[in-house]
Amino acid sequence: MSELASDLSTQPAAPPPLGTKGFFRWMWRQLTSMRTALILLVFLAIASIPGSVLPQQGLDPVRVNEWIAGNPTSGPILKRFGFFDVYASPWFAAIYLLLFISLIGCILPRSFAHARVLRAKPPVAPRNLTRLPRSTEVDSEYAADAVIDSAERIFRAKRWRVRRGEDEGGQWIAAEKGYWRETGNLVFHIALIVLLIGVGYGSLWGWKGNVIVVSGKGFSDTLTQYDVWGGGRLVDASNLPPFSFTLTDFNADFERGEAQRGAPRFFEAKLTVRDAPGATPYDTTIGVNEPLSVGGAKVFLVGHGYAPHVIVRDTTGAVVFDDSVAFLPQDGSFTSTGVIKVPDAIPQIGIQGLFLPTAALDEVLGPYSTFPAPDDPALFMSAWVGDLGLNSGETQSVYRLDNSQMDLIGREALRPGETWDLPDGVGSVEFVGFTRWASLQIAHDPGQGIALIAVTFAIAGLLLSLFVKRRRMWVRARPAGTGSTVVTAGLARSDDERLESLVNDVATAAAGGVERDRTRT
Amino acid sequence: MTEDLGLAQLSLLIVYLSMAVITMAMISFAVSLAGTRTSKLAARERVPALVGSGGDGTSSAADSESVSEAPKGLRAANVGMSLTWLAFAMLLVGVVLRGVWAGRVPWGNMYEFSITSALGTLAVFLVYSFFRDVRWLGIYVTTVVLLTLGVAVRVLYTESAQLVPALKSYWLIIHVSAAVICGGAFTIAAGVALTYLVQDRRLRRTPEGAEPPASRLPSAERLELLNYKILTFAFPLWTFAVVSGAIWAESAWGRYWGWDPKETWAFITWVIYAAFLHARTTAGWRGRRAAWISLVGFLAFLINYFGVNLFVQGLHSYKGF
Repeated sequence: MSELASDLSTQPAAPPPLGTKGFFRWMWRQLTSMRTALILLVFLAIASIPGSVLPQQGLDPVRVNEWIAGNPTSGPILKRFGFFDVYASPWFAAIYLLLFISLIGCILPRSFAHARVLRAKPPVAPRNLTRLPRSTEVDSEYAADAVIDSAERIFRAKRWRVRRGEDEGGQWIAAEKGYWRETGNLVFHIALIVLLIGVGYGSLWGWKGNVIVVSGKGFSDTLTQYDVWGGGRLVDASNLPPFSFTLTDFNADFERGEAQRGAPRFFEAKLTVRDAPGATPYDTTIGVNEPLSVGGAKVFLVGHGYAPHVIVRDTTGAVVFDDSVAFLPQDGSFTSTGVIKVPDAIPQIGIQGLFLPTAALDEVLGPYSTFPAPDDPALFMSAWVGDLGLNSGETQSVYRLDNSQMDLIGREALRPGETWDLPDGVGSVEFVGFTRWASLQIAHDPGQGIALIAVTFAIAGLLLSLFVKRRRMWVRARPAGTGSTVVTAGLARSDDERLESLVNDVATAAAGGVERDRTRT
Repeated sequence: MTEDLGLAQLSLLIVYLSMAVITMAMISFAVSLAGTRTSKLAARERVPALVGSGGDGTSSAADSESVSEAPKGLRAANVGMSLTWLAFAMLLVGVVLRGVWAGRVPWGNMYEFSITSALGTLAVFLVYSFFRDVRWLGIYVTTVVLLTLGVAVRVLYTESAQLVPALKSYWLIIHVSAAVICGGAFTIAAGVALTYLVQDRRLRRTPEGAEPPASRLPSAERLELLNYKILTFAFPLWTFAVVSGAIWAESAWGRYWGWDPKETWAFITWVIYAAFLHARTTAGWRGRRAAWISLVGFLAFLINYFGVNLFVQGLHSYKGF
């Protein structure tokens, strides 16, 4: 019966014995006990909470900085202890690693024990079966031999594992079923370890980058082309898959009805892709839920925005700038801000712009957009002249104008096709029109397949371990008169409401005779 | 884009009517709980006689217990069950009409999730009533469903039929249906766990050796087992809901797991229910502590459903109003 009790992986341990070896053994037993696992699970749940309440570095670094700026006392302390990057923090890792060590310590001995059980025969029938929690005694008109024979047939038909024997108490048969319960349980827990390995493998060898591509322009998969790129420790960043593509078109549609007005309804980006330089290009469309797989990586559409097309001319009328510049949306109606830098003009020109797909003017807040679709587009600009600061050696954001060495010369709002003659004869700015840009996430996660296989096995193992019943039954028959007396008993490892009726069914069928109910007197 | 609101209005009307029916069911269940303590006592005394004459020897202890609950005094509870069936049928029509009007599965915003969850909770309860006598749980189920529907029609109602692009996927059907059924099962498990705590408290307050006071409710042992059984059904399904969500997230957002608040709370819910399953096989944790863990799991589920959608910024914040 000790084996039946071993569902608890380790018994509650006694106080630590003296000596280093004894102490470590005691520690190990503590760590691998079910109670410790349980407490670690609760800790894991609690430790996950702050990451959903506080902004997280990996998800929204801007909000993290805002939060710290807004809470000058608690902010830096929380940052120091990793509360803005909870799931990569040492204390979170400590909890799940301890949990997994505890898990391994529990699973290993159980796996060996189960492997032995799988090869073993069912245990010998106890002498007094009526002492078991579920038992019944019936009289049979058949001889003991025949009763045990029919019991064996019944068990074998139901695919029980059986073992027969004889002792001074008469003939007996032992049967056992439901080994898949423990197998499933072990598979589930091992699959969780494999899942963790898959996640870890993916984060060491995987990489992920984001890039904004303006419609009509191209992208090739090298590090310098990304706006943001992050890779695992073991990624060779100089050796990314050599694909390239051009964003040929981008379409978006928004809700125009009363309810949820302005909510996005449809996006698609049309691409012309080359798997490698010189390969035959092909056209494809990507959308939300429809990424592109290329060169072992996937290209996801994660955002979009507008890129006003501007031509800047100098005093002589020569074109010094002619391009579409990506502006970043600031709200759901795509009030977008951006910067146009014209280093080739003399003096250099910088323009801070506000692009409004559907323009409106608020007396207090100024210009803003009322709808995300370009129903009534306008470009509001502030023009600066002076030194853009591009030669200082420091890298500059393309979305920010360093106006410390520049002078504001004027403000203007333009509709598509309109031109603004800059004051002081500096030149002119023409708002030609606009195009769209797509924000793409390109990711490679080699751990995904491992993770998917692991969770599939985990779910299968879980179902087995929760729904398969581990049962043992014994039938003893001893001669009585012309027939025999048959005692049938059953034992289950977990709650098993059907065991009693099962015992009764087997008893009735094996004896094939009249039943004398022993279970309820 | 103009949308014909006829069917949507009809659907809403039917939802309101089903709420009225559920209210009546709730009152019936309340009456049955309040008014039948004495008849229960009488029923108890008849139990041995019933089993003795039942005598085919194969009826289990559970059978005899349900026999003991069958006698009179449950008329109000039976009325409650009938009304619950009626409310379920009406709500089903309401949800289906909503889907027909929108031209898709009615799981596009929180109003639709809520009415579907209410339907799911009723379904789990009614399906369970085929196997076991669960009329004592009626008051809890009707109250929870009524609250859910109340929040749905008063706070979450929206007249938009369209989906945000991320929801346009067949994973919507797979992922959301699994989550909705889990929601129903978790809700009912929480009701059972609460009842267990009530019964457990009653037992502990009974002096040593004395007969515990009679109760309309099932025994603590049975409640404990029932809670476990519901959760053994719900836990693998929740695992599947989380995994299918991860697969969907991979195709929509480019990663299968990103600790978005919704994902985080789904994970927390999963871990707590995993803790429950472990607690049940750990000495000293089975029973009261396990019941509390299961209630905390339900709380995490509620936070995930209402809290994350309404109050936290994340990818799942498509509350729809």
